[in-house]
Amino acid sequence: MSATTPTSRRFQQGLNRLLQSRVADVLSYPHGVDRYLEVFNPLWSAKEVRARVDAVQHLTADSVTLTLTPNSNWQGFVPGQYVQLTVSINGKLHTRCYSPANSLYRKDGSIEITAKAHADGFVSRYLRDVVRVGDVVTLSQSGGEFALPEQRPERVLLISGGSGITPVMSMLRTLCDEGYQGEITFLHYANRAQDMIYASEVNEIATHFDNVTLLRAFADESEGGELSGLFSSEHLFKSVPDFAQATAFLCGPPPMMAAVEKVWDEQGISDRLHKEQFTLATAAVDDGGSAEGEVRFVRSETLVTNDGKTLLEQAEAAGLNPESGCRMGICYSCTCKKTAGKIRDLRTGEISSGDEEDIQLCVSVPVGTVALDI
Amino acid sequence: MSIYSTLTPEQFDAIGQELDAIRNREIADLGEKDEKYIRNLIKRQRQLEVAGRGLLMVGFLPPAWLAGVACLSAAKILDNMEIGHNVMHGQYDWMGDKNISSRNFDWDNTCTNTAWKQTHNYEHHTYTNVLDKDHDIGYGILRMSDEQEWEPRFLLNPILAVILSTFFQHFVAVQSLKLEDYLIYKTKTKEELKAEFKPTWKKMRKQLVKDYLMFPALAGPFAPFVFAGNVAANLARNLWSSQVIFNGHFPEEVEQFPESVLQDESRGHWYVRQMLGSANFEGGRLMHIMSGNLSFQIEHHLFPDIPAHRYAKISPEVKAICEKYGLPYNTGSFMRQSLSVWKRIVKLSLPGKGKGSDKGLRGKVVSLMGESQSAVRKAA
Repeated sequence: MSATTPTSRRFQQGLNRLLQSRVADVLSYPHGVDRYLEVFNPLWSAKEVRARVDAVQHLTADSVTLTLTPNSNWQGFVPGQYVQLTVSINGKLHTRCYSPANSLYRKDGSIEITAKAHADGFVSRYLRDVVRVGDVVTLSQSGGEFALPEQRPERVLLISGGSGITPVMSMLRTLCDEGYQGEITFLHYANRAQDMIYASEVNEIATHFDNVTLLRAFADESEGGELSGLFSSEHLFKSVPDFAQATAFLCGPPPMMAAVEKVWDEQGISDRLHKEQFTLATAAVDDGGSAEGEVRFVRSETLVTNDGKTLLEQAEAAGLNPESGCRMGICYSCTCKKTAGKIRDLRTGEISSGDEEDIQLCVSVPVGTVALDI
Repeated sequence: MSIYSTLTPEQFDAIGQELDAIRNREIADLGEKDEKYIRNLIKRQRQLEVAGRGLLMVGFLPPAWLAGVACLSAAKILDNMEIGHNVMHGQYDWMGDKNISSRNFDWDNTCTNTAWKQTHNYEHHTYTNVLDKDHDIGYGILRMSDEQEWEPRFLLNPILAVILSTFFQHFVAVQSLKLEDYLIYKTKTKEELKAEFKPTWKKMRKQLVKDYLMFPALAGPFAPFVFAGNVAANLARNLWSSQVIFNGHFPEEVEQFPESVLQDESRGHWYVRQMLGSANFEGGRLMHIMSGNLSFQIEHHLFPDIPAHRYAKISPEVKAICEKYGLPYNTGSFMRQSLSVWKRIVKLSLPGKGKGSDKGLRGKVVSLMGESQSAVRKAA
């Protein structure tokens, strides 16, 4: 369902209008049009963005680069923004955010995402090891404030660490494709030269475009980077002396981001630093039975101290009235969305992941701080 | 004497532990297999539905009409039984797919998701076969227990049962309203009833407009064929699903319980009550799928949130536990169970005890109930 010619585009628009009409709604009640379309082709949908995997590349040993061709519901992105990608792993849907790394001017309408497989990166390892050409994944529309401004800045400084390279790669590619005349400095941190994603392409760009300066910093000097070691203010003062005049875009692991932010704060120019936190610092997990943290009922804007009882009891004690029934985990009346935090299932003793997921309040006790959509 | 009053507390605990172990094992094993099963089934169901509705569009050709009705009936039955009923039990909530979750799934049936989870998941599954608590005992219309005091209207028990089966989806849709509280017992006001009926009416209207207005209208001059086809498919689904559900709880040997059993009921007691209060029927793979695996009603009542396609595998273990503790494992052919149900319906249309045997528990039941006799009558 990706349209190319004007005629097929018009046909597509007409079809989409028809599929989203009241009539289609009534005829497909209660499941909805999409639930029928997907039976015939997993890419077909009246509303949702689905994408076919058209290429799987391994640019470095621990990363995977996927070329995704979305259906016509995809509305595009601004370099720097992310999409939520959903895949089914052993029966369960998992969603993660990835920043497209491609240029806005890519001709075939595909988007490119690169994931680095961490040791505990459940989804990224699946993307690297299991995903094949032809698979279909679900995407969200793009989102996020971290984005290249439409009015291009006069001087651009791109700082990234590890797989944080993807959003700034999209910015670099886009700026080069559109003939941007200002100075661009591309400052990237990686452990080893061989771990640097897009290494050869960035190198080529820097050679080809006079206005692009490439600064690579590897942990060890012997790796051959222009710089070495972790981020430090000396790097900036020495190699990017005009950094205060630049509009800076930053994406990397939390400690590195904190170090960079500190410099901009000290200079009093933090409004010139745009940043994307691509891994969230996770809360410590309490493994015993002792109650810690708090329970946040997000929708009702209520917060209580975790007293170790079930979430249903704690919600009721807080004066809330969530739907409930059997109170023994069989009727699912009290199922609700946990937006953050871990819980223990009273029946199995199992501790959940910290992901967003549906849980049963009556058989769940919080392990540390939990946020619920109640 | 019912086995329920002869088991020791230790035995109840042991049964509870053995069944919990099965449950934990199955839950830990959930994965891709279950996902494939349900996604494939949903795919087949949607294909059958599209095929059925398509064929009915040319329903002026008799073979197309018959094939259309067959496809659409099968689609509606699959949608309600193996998909809808099981998904709304939360059997697939762990997948994290909002389209296959107990919170969001809606079925091709006039009963709303919310009302169904209240009357079925909560009331029926928690208080299975407990008189005055489990509304499924007679649906407020029939006399399905000899502990329900006889009233003259029950002379019509078999006719009422046929009416209930014919319009089963609508009776299920209004079950949460407890109509008898308004019509017979006058404990509910008209205003309360109206307010409660609103969401149900909204859903009913959509279903009726779809099946009896929009799809016939699409067929233009052939509208009557589509209309008749949809009537036939809804009827087939209603008759089949009501019979499957009746067979699960109303064969003659299935036990019913007084409210007093709920007091301080342990997990083991709850499990035993589920086993004594349910009955299976036998059949091939197709029979199991078309009945939503409610042919394994016993296993379903023990583990309502385990994907139903696993019941066949679990059933020999449950049967072995029953044998070990001397519990009955009620099963038989579909015909045998159906006949047994209708025998009960006919017998109970007349005053007095509908069943000759098993006076033990029943005698006890009456004495235990004591002052709550009038409440039991309300269950009618």
